[in-house]
Amino acid sequence: MGLLSLAIWTPVLFGVLLLAMGGDKRDAGAVRWLALLGSVAGLAVTVPLYTGFETGSAAMQFVERVLWVPAFNIHYHLAIDGISLWLVLLTAFINVIVVLASWEVIQERVNQYMGAFLILSGLMIGVFSAQDAMLFYVFFEATLIPMYLIIGIWGGPNKIYAAFKFFLYTLLGSLLMLVALIYLYNVSGGSFDLATWYKLPLAAQPQTLLFFAFFAAFAVKIPMWPVHTWLPDVHVEAPTGGSAVLAAIMLKLGAYGFLRFSLPITPDAAHQWSGLMVGLSLVAVVYVGLVAMVQQDMKKLVAYSSVAHMGFVSLGFFLFNDLSVSGAIVQMIAHGFVSAAMFLGIGVLYDRVHSREIASYGGVINTMPKFAAFALLFTMANCGLPGTAGFVGEWMVILGAVKVNFWVGLIAASALIFGAGYSLWMFKRVYLGPVANDDVKALHDINSREFLVMALLAVMVLYMGVHPKPFTDVMDASVAELLKHVAVSKLP
Amino acid sequence: MIESNNWAAVAPELLLLGMTSLIALFDLAVKTPLRGATYRLTLLTLAVVAALHFVQAGNGETVYAFSNMIVVDAMASLLKGFATIAVLVTLVYSRPYAGARDMLRAGDLFTLSLYSLLGMFVMISGHHFLTLYLGLELLTLPGYALVALRRDELRSTEAAMKYFVLGSLASGFLLYGLSLVYGATGSLDLAGVQEAISSGMIDKTVLMLGLVFVVSGLAFKLGAVPFHMWVPDVYHGAPTAVTLMIGGAPKLAAFAIVMRLLVEGMLPLVWHWQQMLMVLAVVSLLIGNLAAVAQTNLKRMLAFSTIAQMGFVLLSFASGVVGQDGTNMNAAYSSAMFYMITYVLTTLATFGVILLLARDGFESEEISDLAGLNQRNPMFAGVMTACMFSLAGVPPLVGFYAKFSVLQSLLNAGGGIYIGLTVFAVMMSLIGAFYYLRVVKVMYFDAPVQTAAIAAAPDQRFVLALNGALVLGLGLMPGGLMLLCDQAILALWH
Repeated sequence: MGLLSLAIWTPVLFGVLLLAMGGDKRDAGAVRWLALLGSVAGLAVTVPLYTGFETGSAAMQFVERVLWVPAFNIHYHLAIDGISLWLVLLTAFINVIVVLASWEVIQERVNQYMGAFLILSGLMIGVFSAQDAMLFYVFFEATLIPMYLIIGIWGGPNKIYAAFKFFLYTLLGSLLMLVALIYLYNVSGGSFDLATWYKLPLAAQPQTLLFFAFFAAFAVKIPMWPVHTWLPDVHVEAPTGGSAVLAAIMLKLGAYGFLRFSLPITPDAAHQWSGLMVGLSLVAVVYVGLVAMVQQDMKKLVAYSSVAHMGFVSLGFFLFNDLSVSGAIVQMIAHGFVSAAMFLGIGVLYDRVHSREIASYGGVINTMPKFAAFALLFTMANCGLPGTAGFVGEWMVILGAVKVNFWVGLIAASALIFGAGYSLWMFKRVYLGPVANDDVKALHDINSREFLVMALLAVMVLYMGVHPKPFTDVMDASVAELLKHVAVSKLP
Repeated sequence: MIESNNWAAVAPELLLLGMTSLIALFDLAVKTPLRGATYRLTLLTLAVVAALHFVQAGNGETVYAFSNMIVVDAMASLLKGFATIAVLVTLVYSRPYAGARDMLRAGDLFTLSLYSLLGMFVMISGHHFLTLYLGLELLTLPGYALVALRRDELRSTEAAMKYFVLGSLASGFLLYGLSLVYGATGSLDLAGVQEAISSGMIDKTVLMLGLVFVVSGLAFKLGAVPFHMWVPDVYHGAPTAVTLMIGGAPKLAAFAIVMRLLVEGMLPLVWHWQQMLMVLAVVSLLIGNLAAVAQTNLKRMLAFSTIAQMGFVLLSFASGVVGQDGTNMNAAYSSAMFYMITYVLTTLATFGVILLLARDGFESEEISDLAGLNQRNPMFAGVMTACMFSLAGVPPLVGFYAKFSVLQSLLNAGGGIYIGLTVFAVMMSLIGAFYYLRVVKVMYFDAPVQTAAIAAAPDQRFVLALNGALVLGLGLMPGGLMLLCDQAILALWH
């Protein structure tokens, strides 16, 4: 069994084990430790992927290829390159964080909660390493089931609406993609292999249709404006861990799909429609940034800020230069750390006060000084302060944009101002000033478990901010290869 | 290989007939209220019969018997084997339910089911208008009696009447259509019919009229719109155990009779019947899915969902022949076969959960009766969830591959209309996802209303767990079954 298979199936196996344990309350302690063991094991098996990765090569590495469904020539084909490597590591890392962060909050059906997250994490690693389109689709769709249950069982008051909206909205997009995949299977002479599809010549009209079928699936997932409306609703209702995984990893599935499907399979359509894509991304960056400014609910604010940050990602992809594409991928990883930290921070407050309204807080820094220090760091990272993870990706994308068109760069850069605006204003209203009410007065600072969660994320955010080289180095070759491929027309 | 009488080919049928008659007699001596001896003997018979079918399927050769009236080929043996297992599983789930409802005063549930199964065998293996029709009647007649098995229950009696009247009407349609085709072609044998039509020396008017009646009769039996009115009422009105008996295994026989009559018998008319099936499929998908959304009764919802699922099967039948060659035929018909088999597998587990949840005096057939099932019994909730996601076509459950292979066959057929149909089918399955998800929502997100403990005997729990595991397991490893279906369809052209 290869390393990638281990990375996928270790957490899934532990997840199934947890589900089988039954949900008795007195076993909750054992369940939590088993979940932690599973997630740490899941992270541990991804370490050899990093150490064994051959930097500077654009080739697919750690390849596993077995015939899976002979009737349709579907292969169990896993491999990663520089683009997917960090996303795999990020997924395994966030999984550990989420298990730790949910330690005490979840008291009901702990085994199912932890099991769902472990299985989800395995499936998402599968998405990032699948090289067969059908295998990709199976992993991509299967992630909906655990997430639907996580939102619906442990979510807030309006959880059922949120769970349905999440499921049906994303299913609509991916069903259109399924039609596109089957079409490509038929025209490629019976293959689901991505590498084969990359070489497949396609006329202009099919390319456009395929491009928009992929767009339906991935734009909803990212989410791009104007199909982003499900995200704030779902984030508000989802439990803290669900929000963290959703923002940190699930949104990246869509962005990753653009890189693996839209750009290389339909390059001509991607060039043709890049104006539209850039336009939508800029709307997300500017308009949604402004929408975030006026939110009263902390989770909604961070959700809208996620849409704005992901706007940088899609913007970077459709500018087609190596700086912007690398920047977009770095932004994906950075946003994974920062958004998870932001949502977990809100979770820390919510567990104590049971309110997400900004107005319920004020002067938290007086009662929770340690936590406020972390929150300040993550807020700064969220608005892209140099020296934090949030800065690197956005800066690279803006530089890439200026290369293409000064005005696009200028508009994108303005987002940094809005980002600083809504992030700092929220920080000011929640943390600074005198103690606002009795709830805040009664707050106790984070315990050692919460400290550990925050510290792990803080280390990553700072490390990525001051030393982004390990992140960019591994992807350089793959990005260059991708761009070289996308630059060549596939029109017959 | 043609012999006039080939008794060995029908050994499983003969065994079933003999054992069923024996069981009917033997049951008179059984005194225990749950008919333990009859039950065990029935299961044993079914297991042996299923094994015989699979041995025949393993031989893989096509054998004709009784002057070509019966054919035993790979498709027949496979479908008969699966139908036998489906009836076996149905009876395992049904016994406690039936016992609690005074349906086991005599062994009728077992013997009638066995006779019905014999009807399925004849229907699946029929290679002649008469054998096909006789098989169909032998399948449905015990069915009418089974629906009315709780004779003091008003709703069941009403359902039985409705089923009987409409079922007879459908049989009449089919018989009339067959007789017209016979009149036009002068042959009752499928091969003879096809030969006669191919010769082109046939009165088209009579033939077409016959074809329309045959397709209507088949649509009635499949429950396709606009011949679907009986489905929700019978599903709802029949005792749940009988609903499963009607809605499960016979679907395999229905698939076979469509294959035999339309594909084997009237392939030269494919252009005509494909159009008819296309219309039936589109309206079935539309009405079935939309009506299912509005249901609060689980059995009615599943009835409408069945109508929609049959729409999918009809779609793949409609994509078999395009252009001048039949290169898509294998893909189309084997995807229909795969769809039907996995549909039956999923239906068994779905109704299995409903049957095992039902208590004395409590039917557990409203969707709201499932509220909080996850807290009461996570295993049952898990199996039901797997079934719902499978019916909705979400990977990695087996229903996804069923939908996937149908869509693949549709797109491979090419042409604007098929692309339109594909997108339509996909949109309809989005609507479908809504009502299947609602069942999951009730089980997981709602608080339980019923708190009565759920106790099921170990054998039922075991079979249900196995059934649920298969819904997932075949989703992870669908290759084997797909290959079997492929080979079975391929063997038809030799």
